[in-house]
Amino acid sequence: MGDTFAIKILSRAAGKKVREGEIVFVEPDYILTHDNSSAIVGKFESTVPGGRVRYPERVAIVLDHVIPAASSKHAAGHRKVREFVREQGIANFYDIGVGVCHQVMPEVGLVKPGSIVVGSDSHTCTYGAFNCFATGIDRTEAAGIWITGRTWFKVPRTINIELTGGLGAGVSAKDLILTIIGDVGAGGANYMAVEFNGPAVGGLRICDRMTIANMGIEMGAKIAAFPSNIVTSKYFEALDIPITGAIWSDFDAEYARTLEYDLENIVPVIACPHQVDNVVPVEEMVGMKIDQIFLGTCTNGRVEDLKAAADILKGEKIHSSVRMLVAPASRIEYLKAMKMGIVQDLVTAGAVVLPPGCGPCLGAHQGALAPGEKCLSTANRNFKGRMGEKEAEIYLSSPETAAVSALTGTIRDPREVLK
Amino acid sequence: MTVFHYPQKDINTDLLFPGKYTYTCSTGPEIKEHLLEDLDPSFAEAVQAGDIIIAGENFGCGSSREHPSLGLKHIGLKAVIASSFARIFYRSAINQGLLLVQSPEAVEHYTEGDDVTVDPAAGEVRVGDRVFNFPSLPDEMLEILRDGGLLNHIKKQYTRGDGA
Repeated sequence: MGDTFAIKILSRAAGKKVREGEIVFVEPDYILTHDNSSAIVGKFESTVPGGRVRYPERVAIVLDHVIPAASSKHAAGHRKVREFVREQGIANFYDIGVGVCHQVMPEVGLVKPGSIVVGSDSHTCTYGAFNCFATGIDRTEAAGIWITGRTWFKVPRTINIELTGGLGAGVSAKDLILTIIGDVGAGGANYMAVEFNGPAVGGLRICDRMTIANMGIEMGAKIAAFPSNIVTSKYFEALDIPITGAIWSDFDAEYARTLEYDLENIVPVIACPHQVDNVVPVEEMVGMKIDQIFLGTCTNGRVEDLKAAADILKGEKIHSSVRMLVAPASRIEYLKAMKMGIVQDLVTAGAVVLPPGCGPCLGAHQGALAPGEKCLSTANRNFKGRMGEKEAEIYLSSPETAAVSALTGTIRDPREVLK
Repeated sequence: MTVFHYPQKDINTDLLFPGKYTYTCSTGPEIKEHLLEDLDPSFAEAVQAGDIIIAGENFGCGSSREHPSLGLKHIGLKAVIASSFARIFYRSAINQGLLLVQSPEAVEHYTEGDDVTVDPAAGEVRVGDRVFNFPSLPDEMLEILRDGGLLNHIKKQYTRGDGA
């Protein structure tokens, strides 16, 4: 039997053939941190006072979580990070407004096929979209890697997800990944790698791959990865980055489990409170009143997502009973959306545009909910208290479902208008 | 010694420590105030060093924030015993030097009022009158745990002069 992507990429990094379950030490190609870098700086400095970051060129820092600073305390944290990157000569620093870290990393060319990337953010698994072995770690471990340049992995077993067919009108990659998470469960891929294979992979755009890989963690996955193909080649060609390290599973790789999805059968779905695996067809939720709609995040804040919403909202008015917040995933995506008239359409319809960043997703500032309110969000988590209020409810959907629901302030099936 | 029993599965990191505090609280004392705030508002006040948490499957799923593991280590929690742990939380607990015991049998057997003790060296957890074995960590992780977490471990390596 052949080997999985996880075995092959970790074998290459470890310089020896590794087995599933084995602990290997590797030097990640990049270590991403964000606003939490200020706490990591504190840990770094107390562990190695006056020390230098081992590989400053492998460190990437993006300020995105609470931007612009919501309070003096947040501002002090940001300042600490700016001082640290200056002192340590960290060139890969992206200050507020550049975008959400998981959008920025690929945009600036810091993730490449075959790379190993870790980040002090659970959605670091997003880079699996680009054929990376990418996974989340905590702040302490990030500080450790700044110091030593290396960390350990247990070589995971792999779930293979075979995709065939094509998505129907009004159905998106978000509906696909939510459907998969609903089936696998919040812990169903815990400690495991997930590979996406099958003929339908060739028909997925980069933005679709990112939406899917981004949510791998919501089923517990260590990584969620795609093969490098013509879609990734075009992406990196546009960035003028040669693809040299692409790697993928053998055709006869041995998987712990294989799941098959025919994309023709996927329907618009919603993840209901307070679990991402609490997934039901939109049809069953039609008519439920919502107070806020949030379009954005590392899951669904790209220009394709904004366009999907604008196509529905253009020339219409967002219903007066609901407020709609839009946060582009990055400055580049924001500019693309401006150039295409998408921002104009959304604002004219009544949406409130927030700066490129994580926005209301984590409940630390902008767009917090009041007790008892319901939010329909294109983000990746609907945990209790996630948007700043434990008595609020968060429902997760595609941009299409979010936009069509904005017209009435109640949940609607996007297939009503997209046929 | 008190046992805090939260048998439901998928207790996520937002329930263990709300995201809204993640960039304004980072030290043990700051974190302690909000630990488990949206799961059990009485926990932060009641918990003491040496106490134990017993939980269900996939404990600690969600965010990579380390406030839950750091906070529980800070208050001197003896261990979290769960049917299973989410990967990032598991890793984070090792990094903080917090003992995790994966034993679905022990969780299943526990009833309110049972005395619970953990012997990490022997890999044994006693619940009432029953003893259950739990898998030991790989040596590399045990060393980090014994040194009191990853950064203490790194500090020791540097002191010995064999740091990377």
